[in-house]
Amino acid sequence: MQTRKGTVENVVQIGEVTFLIKVEIPEIAREIAPGQFCNIKVSETNFPLLRRPFSISNVKGNSIEFMIDVIGEGTKILATKKPGDALDILGPLGRGFDTSGDYKTAILVAGGIGLAPFPFLINSFPEDKNVKLFYGARSKKHIIDYNYKNKFICTDDGSAGFHGNVVDYLNSSMDELKGDSIKFFACGPTPMLAALKRFCQANSFDCEVSTESAMACGFGICQGCPIETTEQGYYKLICKDGPVFNISEIEL
Amino acid sequence: MSNIDLSVKIGKMTLKNPVLLASGTVGYGNEISEFTDLSKIGAIVTKSVSLNPRKGNPPQRVVETASGMLNAIGLANVGVETFAKEKIPFLEKVKSDVICNIAASSIEEYVECVNILKDFAIIKGFEINVSCPNVKEGGLIFGNDISAVGRITEKVRAITDKTVILKLSPNNANITDFAEVARKEGADAVTATNTLIGTAFNIWTRRPKIKNITGGLSGPAIKPVALAKVLEISRKVDIPIIASGGIMNWEDAIEFMIAGASAFQLGTVNFINPNAGVEIIDGLKQYCKKVGITKLSDITATYRL
Repeated sequence: MQTRKGTVENVVQIGEVTFLIKVEIPEIAREIAPGQFCNIKVSETNFPLLRRPFSISNVKGNSIEFMIDVIGEGTKILATKKPGDALDILGPLGRGFDTSGDYKTAILVAGGIGLAPFPFLINSFPEDKNVKLFYGARSKKHIIDYNYKNKFICTDDGSAGFHGNVVDYLNSSMDELKGDSIKFFACGPTPMLAALKRFCQANSFDCEVSTESAMACGFGICQGCPIETTEQGYYKLICKDGPVFNISEIEL
Repeated sequence: MSNIDLSVKIGKMTLKNPVLLASGTVGYGNEISEFTDLSKIGAIVTKSVSLNPRKGNPPQRVVETASGMLNAIGLANVGVETFAKEKIPFLEKVKSDVICNIAASSIEEYVECVNILKDFAIIKGFEINVSCPNVKEGGLIFGNDISAVGRITEKVRAITDKTVILKLSPNNANITDFAEVARKEGADAVTATNTLIGTAFNIWTRRPKIKNITGGLSGPAIKPVALAKVLEISRKVDIPIIASGGIMNWEDAIEFMIAGASAFQLGTVNFINPNAGVEIIDGLKQYCKKVGITKLSDITATYRL
């Protein structure tokens, strides 16, 4: 594997602080799997110094898309990239989602920018799976529109969809879920993942979650992104052993 | 350009070039070998190995700061036994020369670790870590104590003829006193320096950004500090110096060699460009050609003050 140079095709604002960045980079587009990520050097200078990790949002031919919220200096620079700009990308990195198995319905649970890896994942399910997306945001204006079918919206303030968080909604719709053979796939803030873990364990659902952490290298050498495991005595690394874990493997 | 000699000799160890990959920034070689050809690198310095496995510090362990990063990994490692059994065979396979970094919480532990590892042919030398800023024992507790550094050097020297390097802390008043005691007790070289102690706060939560509260600062931010430490040792103590601190490219590396370094380590840059070592080797050759020298080691300590 090598660091690779991609070419920015376009940057589109799709939410209040959310941008979709499309980059032509055939080697990564060919290899990457849903839930894997790339570590991007957003500038050619020492500012910012470290790469920034982003999950792959979608693959379109020779191009990949990143869905990012502009939060800090790195994402601010990324959002101002112009078509034709070169981008230094390390990837594909980490372990992605496992869509195999004999479940019938895949329920995707996204919180905020945790929506990012799901367009690619949705396109990757075998045809015989039903796919439903449960998507939680702070309010109506924080909802990112990406033309999903089968979408159930929840907002913390009730300004759109269900008033409450996604796991509350899941609890309230348990009657519909019962009896179905379901696997959950989730990405979002750690408190949401922790609540989902409790929900899935209480109801014996299989569940994979995509986790996040500050990290430097993205491939296991800096040891900067540990996550507590259910086995005592050692950590796993989010970059190398994850970012996707089965909930039975990790403490949240 | 094949007539340019990049080799360096430190103690009994001859390295094909002065490019070392710093401890804690290359793991045990396996992950980074996917990105770079380790057989071209002078040597890799392993992640600190301790007698028993260490889990390391809880997250958050790293944060970026201006032109640098803070880390508090806490010497997470597999322990000497697993290292010998599982990691050394891989390093043999990729034909990497290895300097084994040892961390310990007592003088006896340093000795025991070196004893277990000293007969592996692939290990060319030992770097004794007395300067980790992120653990209570095994780090600065020794690095700030001149007589402890002296005793550790003496005991390790007594059991191996392989190259012994003391990795010194920049977090004390007079680094030359530590370099001098290492020299006196028979160390072949010193590494200057480990990371600088630093911290960063989130102003909204008023909490430190790193769980350990403080971490070790590395990257370009610390280069001028490390360079001054190398120069200081070079001027006052007669011992080979392996420089470490914020080297990002071959120009930085040459600067450290001019200031007194015989070899140098790449650390934080490996996280950003895991092939930096190989690229820097090319730059060193170009530099030799430009200034008309055939042996790179001739520039060590050629500062004009």
